[in-house]
Amino acid sequence: MGYTITEKILLAHAPGAKTMAPDDFIMAKVDFCFGNDITAPIAIREFKKLDKKTVFNQNRIGLIPDHFLPAKDMMSANQAAILRDFAKEHGITNYFEVGEMGIEHALLPERGLIMPGDLVIGADSHTCTHGALGAFATGVGSTDLAYAMAFGECWLKVPASIKMVFTGKTKKWVSGKDLILHAIGDLGVSGALHKSLEFTGDTIDTLSMDERFTMCNMAIEAGAKNGIIAPDKATERYIKAAVRKYKPPRKSYKLYKSDEDAVYEDVREYNISKLEPVVAAPHLPSNSKPVRELSNIKVDQVVIGSCTNGRISDLKQAATILRGKKADPDTRLIVIPATQAVYAEAVKEGYAEVFIKAGGVFCTPNCGPCLGGHMGVLAEGEVALATTNRNFVGRMGHPKSFVYLANPAIAAASAVKGKITHPSDL
Amino acid sequence: MKLKGKVFKFGDDVNTDEIIPARYLYTSHPEELAKHCMEDADPDFVKKTKKGDMIVAGENFGCGSSREHAPLAVKSAGISCVIAKSFARIFYRNAINIGLPIFTSPEAAEAFKQGDNIVVDVNKGEISKADQEKSYRSEAFPDFIREIVKDGGLISYANKKTASSKKKTVKRKTRAKKKEKK
Repeated sequence: MGYTITEKILLAHAPGAKTMAPDDFIMAKVDFCFGNDITAPIAIREFKKLDKKTVFNQNRIGLIPDHFLPAKDMMSANQAAILRDFAKEHGITNYFEVGEMGIEHALLPERGLIMPGDLVIGADSHTCTHGALGAFATGVGSTDLAYAMAFGECWLKVPASIKMVFTGKTKKWVSGKDLILHAIGDLGVSGALHKSLEFTGDTIDTLSMDERFTMCNMAIEAGAKNGIIAPDKATERYIKAAVRKYKPPRKSYKLYKSDEDAVYEDVREYNISKLEPVVAAPHLPSNSKPVRELSNIKVDQVVIGSCTNGRISDLKQAATILRGKKADPDTRLIVIPATQAVYAEAVKEGYAEVFIKAGGVFCTPNCGPCLGGHMGVLAEGEVALATTNRNFVGRMGHPKSFVYLANPAIAAASAVKGKITHPSDL
Repeated sequence: MKLKGKVFKFGDDVNTDEIIPARYLYTSHPEELAKHCMEDADPDFVKKTKKGDMIVAGENFGCGSSREHAPLAVKSAGISCVIAKSFARIFYRNAINIGLPIFTSPEAAEAFKQGDNIVVDVNKGEISKADQEKSYRSEAFPDFIREIVKDGGLISYANKKTASSKKKTVKRKTRAKKKEKK
């Protein structure tokens, strides 16, 4: 009986295990672990309670202060200091100070720090993003991170896999974000609870790496343990470019794919050739609707950015729509590139100027408004449309505010009209 | 060990943004987090609850973010345990790792109502109304998790492992020295 790609990676990281099956418990060897300025302070506090006083590997730990930095207040500055001091004390090489810092799930792949075939844990729920590289990547808690930093291990329960097959050519303006919102709308926010979501099919084969990151990023929103896309030539090109540019300590990788006779708990097929761009309405990421069903909903704020859609192709798509146009005077437009490299490229390509001329702001990389942190928190009664990943009650600010989730093209078009807009209707 | 308390009932998909909103994540101090426990699900939650009370919820409790602040807030607010039809996976592992008792029981979660007084036998995983015979069994923890829970959380589990491997090293070195002397 064959294995899925997820099972193969877990088996390869479970010393002593000869077989792998869903619901098995393993103490897995970790290739890379990381946390941010919200989650790492607790991890560091718990680490200090351990009798083991040293980290397992200085090159395989990431500390990325991306949530509330540059420091939004004194408390956040204190939390950042905890990461900085710990990194210095233990010689952790992948500590990213403000200036190098970017959103962790965009920054780490960009720097070539995560490889196909890796087992990656991160103290952030969107760690599943890195499954786009053909790695097993899952979000865990701060205490898990403390344990991993010390021992290079993490306890895991093997998930059953759901095969998500996407076929057909996407319509104009439909991208990875629409595919995943459509899937979450089908599964529900707990439809993939504890499962591995394996994205496959001819549509997936044509997706850019940025779109693959977008899709795997939101696997958690269906309750999944991980999202994963088998690596191919596009993945290898991406990795090789990152390694050439940033020369990370690890250069080798392993390409896994599911066996023909792998066993899946469920197989879902989506022919997306007629799929219209999708918007998830408040207050669940699964509350998905075709964008035209929500036309004419007035929008106070548009956010383009986040670990979901803050990469260069996302900004390019938004700039394509906004070029020569202005945002509605009653709609705030906030654009946040995910990393300094994306920021610099957006400036070089002229996208930054497009956003500024449109009456928007172009901000330093950070998670900011996605979780109601800073750089665009909502007041009572306000409505935002964002390229982010969650729209629970109070997610972006006041408990009585509203968040719609969409792709960068819808976000840009909606900024121009001041209401939710299909890009073709601009 | 038996836990006794009043039920505070919630529905499906209670998420971590409701359990501890991001506006409070500038701190990781349990006492501070406790003050804002469940604030966006019920702004008066901490005023209404007493130490030992319990959260009973539907499917997918704790979905959303990985923030360990969520089970920390629940534990520090004095909530003795959470009973739910199902738990989101990161909340589930966080609760185990920090020693917050959680029980998966769709029947119990369905049966108990707001204000019920209930008793939980932690070792047996049995949950019942204070004045009634009928008890519900919660899903048993797998052996691996039972060990972490028994040790009081992942850090204690880790320190026990370190201590026992140190003992083995000392025994090995002592044996080696004795052999050398011979």
